[in-house]
Amino acid sequence: MKTLRLLGLGWVFQLKMLMQSAFDGFLGVLWPLFFATVAFLMFRTSGDPKTLLYASLGASVMGVWSSTSVAASSALQRERWQGTLELLVTTPAHFSVVLLPITIAMSTIGLYSMVATFLWGRLLFGIGLDIVHPFLFVLAIPATIVSIGMLGFLLSVSVVRYRTAWALGNALEYPVWLVCGFLVPLSLFPGWVRPISWVLAPTWGVRAIRSAALGGSALREIALCLALGLVYALIGILLVDTVLRSARSRASLSLT
Amino acid sequence: MAAIEAEGLKRTYKTTTGALRRKSLEIEAVRGIDFEVGEGELFGLLGPNGAGKTTTIKMLITLLIPTEGSARVLGLDVVKDAREVRKRIGYVFGGERGAYDRLSGLDNLRYFSELYGVPPSVQKRRIPELLDLVGLTGREKERVEGYSRGMRQRLHIARGLLHDPPVVVLDEPTLGLDPVGARELRATIGDLSAMGKTVLLTTHYMYEADALCRRIAVINKGQIVAEGTPSALKSRVAHQIVVEIEAFGVEEVALDRLRAHPKVTSVSVEDRDQAQLVLVQSPEGQDIALELVGHLEDTRLGRVSVREPTLEDAYVALVTA
Repeated sequence: MKTLRLLGLGWVFQLKMLMQSAFDGFLGVLWPLFFATVAFLMFRTSGDPKTLLYASLGASVMGVWSSTSVAASSALQRERWQGTLELLVTTPAHFSVVLLPITIAMSTIGLYSMVATFLWGRLLFGIGLDIVHPFLFVLAIPATIVSIGMLGFLLSVSVVRYRTAWALGNALEYPVWLVCGFLVPLSLFPGWVRPISWVLAPTWGVRAIRSAALGGSALREIALCLALGLVYALIGILLVDTVLRSARSRASLSLT
Repeated sequence: MAAIEAEGLKRTYKTTTGALRRKSLEIEAVRGIDFEVGEGELFGLLGPNGAGKTTTIKMLITLLIPTEGSARVLGLDVVKDAREVRKRIGYVFGGERGAYDRLSGLDNLRYFSELYGVPPSVQKRRIPELLDLVGLTGREKERVEGYSRGMRQRLHIARGLLHDPPVVVLDEPTLGLDPVGARELRATIGDLSAMGKTVLLTTHYMYEADALCRRIAVINKGQIVAEGTPSALKSRVAHQIVVEIEAFGVEEVALDRLRAHPKVTSVSVEDRDQAQLVLVQSPEGQDIALELVGHLEDTRLGRVSVREPTLEDAYVALVTA
């Protein structure tokens, strides 16, 4: 109960912090629209409404991934800069309970990017959101967001140990767009790319959302997406103590 | 039982130099220190920048693992029982950092209360009490980014006390505060001691240590060079006199001449606007002042005076020895 309360309040406080900055807010509003515009312009030439919806759904998950991968690792670096990372470590709370709300808050911001992408597509490009399985669609969205949040959590664990690991989030942003098939079908890539995409929850998340929207059984994809999210969370929780001990041993928690 | 015990505590840092030909370096920040702080005692750790004060503190509060030696807080090992130590220790450091600027002071305290596992019913009572203790009542709903340095520092103190820890560690808490803010904070530190808490304070302000601490350990180059009450430390230089020479543009060569004088124990320089104040300690009587002035014949001098040594002089003698 205490842990749930801490997770919940941590999430609220992180969201509060994210929403206080006008500059961050401005970028947060603009980026998903930029992604969506690029996707719509790329796929518009086909003239097929289903293809446009396919692109719209991919672009919406791009926003969730970008806000999580970049923001989660930079948020941890910000904790280091403002001296709060050390204070968080000196509390008796398990460090995974401290880190999880940070990344989940970032993914929640990603939910906005989904909504913004759909609205932008509707208003500017006339893409209707005709969902074949609305129930599965509604189920697939939180499953994708939470699983991406867990992947962000795994990334943030590395930021605790390595001072420069925040760059990892930036470095992974675009490759994951491609490898997970957000915009381009995976069948276009060489065969060796596929096993990489299978272990990445966003692959199954975007497939689940597309299957639910365009027709098809999304249940298997949702289950795989959630299972991978759970695996990331377990690995992160198991790793965090080792990583923290290593950071205490190598003095990498502070900047000095 | 001592509240804090350090035995042969050592900490080295590994670093590298160069870009292509990387060279690994080991820096010994703390070189085997021993000290004890009794329950309810206000103990001061004094030393110049880079002496190893903060490294020592970080080992005690479980942020750093010692390279060698051991430390215990209320009998708990800081490495093996880290989580239990964290429940019993409050940590406050000086400066601008250490708070969520985009949150209000109240939200900062609520968040850390949760992290320390303080039940909501206790939070409701304790947070207003602490705000009152540090004089932030009425300002708690404002965002921290609008707080002055003094207000931030007082917020840090409140945060460090949220879980009512029996041991409080204060690392240069008055750093950068104006004299009034520093005086108010010292009064709060005095209150903590009166509440029965064990306080470990690091500072390089002698008057602060003199006014607050029951015992002091002076740390220099990673080693404790002296330990005792402020008056015991002062008595180390009681037989000496301090000659203060106001100089304008004194050169290192001239200072070296003073240092080489057989009857001089230590020489230090303080910058005073356009002048420097050269402080010379010597076991000789007042007559040495004239002799010293003679060694500075190529320097323009101002006022010269002789006085009794203070705790600061004892400290300077220890860290420049």
